[in-house]
Amino acid sequence: MKKETLFLDMHKAIVDGDRARAGELAAEAVRAGLDLVEVVAKGYVPGIQKVGELWEQGEYFLPELISSAEAMKAAMAVLEPELQRSHLRARTSGKVVIGTIEGDIHDIGKNLVASMLQAGGFEVFDLGTDVKLDKFIEKAEAVGADFICLSALLTTTMVNQKRFVALLKERKLRAKYKVLVGGAPASQKWADEIGADGYAENAVAAVKLAKSLAPGRS
Amino acid sequence: MIETKRPKIELLSPGLVEKIVDEGLALLERQGLFVENQEALRLLEAAGASVDGATQRVRLGRGLVQDCLASTPPIILMYDGRGEKSYLVGGDEIHFNPGSAAVTLLDHKTQKERKAKTRDLIDFYRLVETLEHIGFQSTGLISSDVPAEIADCYRLYLGLLFSSKPFVTGTFRVEGFKPMRDLLAAVRGGEDELARKPLAIFDACPSPPLKWSNLTTQSLIDSARAGIPSELISMGMTGATSLATISGTLVQHVAENLGGLVICQLAKRGAPVIFGGSPSSFDMRKGTTPMGAIETMMIDAAYAQIGKHLKLPTHAYMALSDSKVNDAQSGIETALGAVLAALAGVNVISGPGMLNFESCQSLEKLAIDNEICGMAYRLISGIAQREEPIALDKFEGFKADFQFLTLPHTRQWYRKEHTMPVLMDRDPYEAWVIAGRKTALDKAHKDVKDRIKKSGLPPHPVAKRRQLDKIMKAYARSLGIGSLPTTGF
Repeated sequence: MKKETLFLDMHKAIVDGDRARAGELAAEAVRAGLDLVEVVAKGYVPGIQKVGELWEQGEYFLPELISSAEAMKAAMAVLEPELQRSHLRARTSGKVVIGTIEGDIHDIGKNLVASMLQAGGFEVFDLGTDVKLDKFIEKAEAVGADFICLSALLTTTMVNQKRFVALLKERKLRAKYKVLVGGAPASQKWADEIGADGYAENAVAAVKLAKSLAPGRS
Repeated sequence: MIETKRPKIELLSPGLVEKIVDEGLALLERQGLFVENQEALRLLEAAGASVDGATQRVRLGRGLVQDCLASTPPIILMYDGRGEKSYLVGGDEIHFNPGSAAVTLLDHKTQKERKAKTRDLIDFYRLVETLEHIGFQSTGLISSDVPAEIADCYRLYLGLLFSSKPFVTGTFRVEGFKPMRDLLAAVRGGEDELARKPLAIFDACPSPPLKWSNLTTQSLIDSARAGIPSELISMGMTGATSLATISGTLVQHVAENLGGLVICQLAKRGAPVIFGGSPSSFDMRKGTTPMGAIETMMIDAAYAQIGKHLKLPTHAYMALSDSKVNDAQSGIETALGAVLAALAGVNVISGPGMLNFESCQSLEKLAIDNEICGMAYRLISGIAQREEPIALDKFEGFKADFQFLTLPHTRQWYRKEHTMPVLMDRDPYEAWVIAGRKTALDKAHKDVKDRIKKSGLPPHPVAKRRQLDKIMKAYARSLGIGSLPTTGF
């Protein structure tokens, strides 16, 4: 297959949210020995950008958006180990460690934000639910994260977002990370009060927020 | 006299009800539930359910579920704080109560949401106490001037101090149950008396899909043993945490709620359980959960129909709005929900006062919604024959100058047949202009102030109030909280 045709197929697989096809095409690119940085930049990223446009135009809704994010994930799962082998990195908007905070098991909002960030070109490390405060820091340190995103649905667990910011300060790591908070009881006021870097009301706003704060790497 | 029809709607055909229940039972049998509570897992295993301890996954056979359905009472009698007035929860009786556990209050002066404080909760309870068409209280606001650890108990404590209506409430933490139960028992004069005459309903929400968390499961067990009705609040969000189809969401709703019901019955046979919910039509654009969506109301009315089919009391989050202020949207969504819930015969209708996806309470909206609830009550009281013959004899002596206003028949019936809302504008245009072009919201704000001013003193004798104080303070102290805001008593 010609490279350009392959790129168009990749674009289509992402726009269609076709996980299986996105993965197959990535494997094909690896087999053909293509420049994988180019594959990401010219095949997959334009696809996810198109998805973003369709979203903005009101053509795409969450199911399409998340399916495309999942397709992107499937492609990157094939490409990333290969890129790493060659000590290369695919273009990302930044690294995000995300999770639902200690004591809280609600994950729908967090999952949406994680998928949307991924669709927006961020490298996302999702720690799941009921994540201990230490665990966020450990992971962020290990992967060299830019963002730490904390989700909480309950007023009772929301206080752990505050404890987390305090813990970062205590460890003298506060300046190293952008801390974003979300969840039903959170608000911009709450974010200001606890000294977080930002608050987003929903998954779409979260991507915009993260991009606005991204460390000039887009 | 011909019997008066109680106007009613049923959204599902009998065949579809059967099919949904059947698939719900099959889901419990095949996929089962995750139950993150050791005691519940032990109870379920002892009752013959297949329990995988490692994954906390439980598969429930049809026999067990049907057996538990059979031991669940079809009706519940709730009693007010004095233990005098009873409220039947079951059949097609309806009781409105404010939507529960808002994190903010819409401040009328600024028209902005803000955190509520003790003073606001007291105003809220005093207002609801005066609202004729809102039968139950709910712990509808969370007080931000006490630590979050005691917020569940504190809001009930204030409610019991300032109100005598039955409550809809719930725990935020496993530890919150005991002091809350103690407060209720103190009002009632003992735990046995509380079990005999329930004063509060405890909400417990499974986490969709098909999971009961430790907190909510413990609430089911504790409530069942204390004789406190548990309201099962399954809340699938279409296409996000349940299937996108309404019928698919209903299957999951049945499975989750019946799983909770089984846990209640295994904790205590005959425990009162309400088949409730807070599902929503998930907004695929905004990622939000609109409670005012017509599809949300369709899911509600449909599961209420299923609850009735299962001979259970029912509940729904209806008569509320996703609007952020009191505007056209809030009126439309609230009225649609109130009317549909009333027509569907939902026994406990939680919603009035609520805005912004169940997160904000507005006192002005409560006053407006009270009128909406009044309209809904009028609607379901139906159209009666009243007299025999209905009309023929009234026209005897009919002439060109026939006067209806002065007919004795008019005076006899007009107050019974017609309600007179006070916040809805029915002035002629000029009179409305002269009166200051007041909107329903303007009038509601004044109504709220007047009602709070005239609402009576708390219903309990001093000794009982002291007992409530003692329980609350002891609980706060046990968590290292030395002082509580003043309540003015």
